[in-house]
Amino acid sequence: MPSSESPAGNSETFDTGRIEEYRAYLLRYAQIQLRDATAAEDAVQETLLAAFQSGSRFAGRSSVRTWLTGILKHKIIDHLRRQSRDRPLERPDGGGDRADEDIAEETFSDDGHWRSFPANWAAPDKNFENAQFWSVFEMCVQVMPERAARFFVMREVMELSTDEICKELEITATNCWVMLHRARLSLRECLETRWFKT
Amino acid sequence: MPRNEMVQDVKLIPTCRETSEVLSRAQDRPLTLREKVVLMVHLPLCNGCRNFRKQLAFIRDAARKYIRRE
Repeated sequence: MPSSESPAGNSETFDTGRIEEYRAYLLRYAQIQLRDATAAEDAVQETLLAAFQSGSRFAGRSSVRTWLTGILKHKIIDHLRRQSRDRPLERPDGGGDRADEDIAEETFSDDGHWRSFPANWAAPDKNFENAQFWSVFEMCVQVMPERAARFFVMREVMELSTDEICKELEITATNCWVMLHRARLSLRECLETRWFKT
Repeated sequence: MPRNEMVQDVKLIPTCRETSEVLSRAQDRPLTLREKVVLMVHLPLCNGCRNFRKQLAFIRDAARKYIRRE
């Protein structure tokens, strides 16, 4: 967890005057995970409402952001759970959406070699300071096939374990790893061509 | 690409595709002995897969920073 954002540290309180700042931050978090502007706004709204209602109980053990993000995570997981009920990830016929399946085929030749060898990304950490890098990163997550992206954000952004994801989405561990792998191949390819090789 | 051919000629050596799957799984759970052997055999021969391993670590780091950056 990052250190507290305010210099006041533990004495930070839920400040209703900063609500727009909180909202902007939470929206960014929700949007990348839900890929649906309306659903993201709903989740943020519910989060802020819940925060208002229990604001006095916020004991300042963590930063307000961390606390709000924790509430939002639950809202997002609820949403993803509902979504996977409506649109199951594992179909009886074993089929998946084509966009997902194509990633591995596009990445590797029939004999299992990289069609284009992954490059050495020079000093990649420097990019964290670059706003343009984050726009490309965001775009690359957005263009990921939807099912793969759902796994990716749960694993890498929300930091859930694969066990938790399997349970939430009612899917086998093997399938979960396959989807995560496709998501990573997709993101890697996108970052390399749209950012590191430009 | 001679390195490429070398990997191709020896059937005992796991493919890049298989190796990439193992590298990806290593992000999510401890590897089995068999999986560890795949990496031990393949990685010294393949610059592409070594780069992929570094890229996976970077992607994880970036995903977490994406949310937390100011």
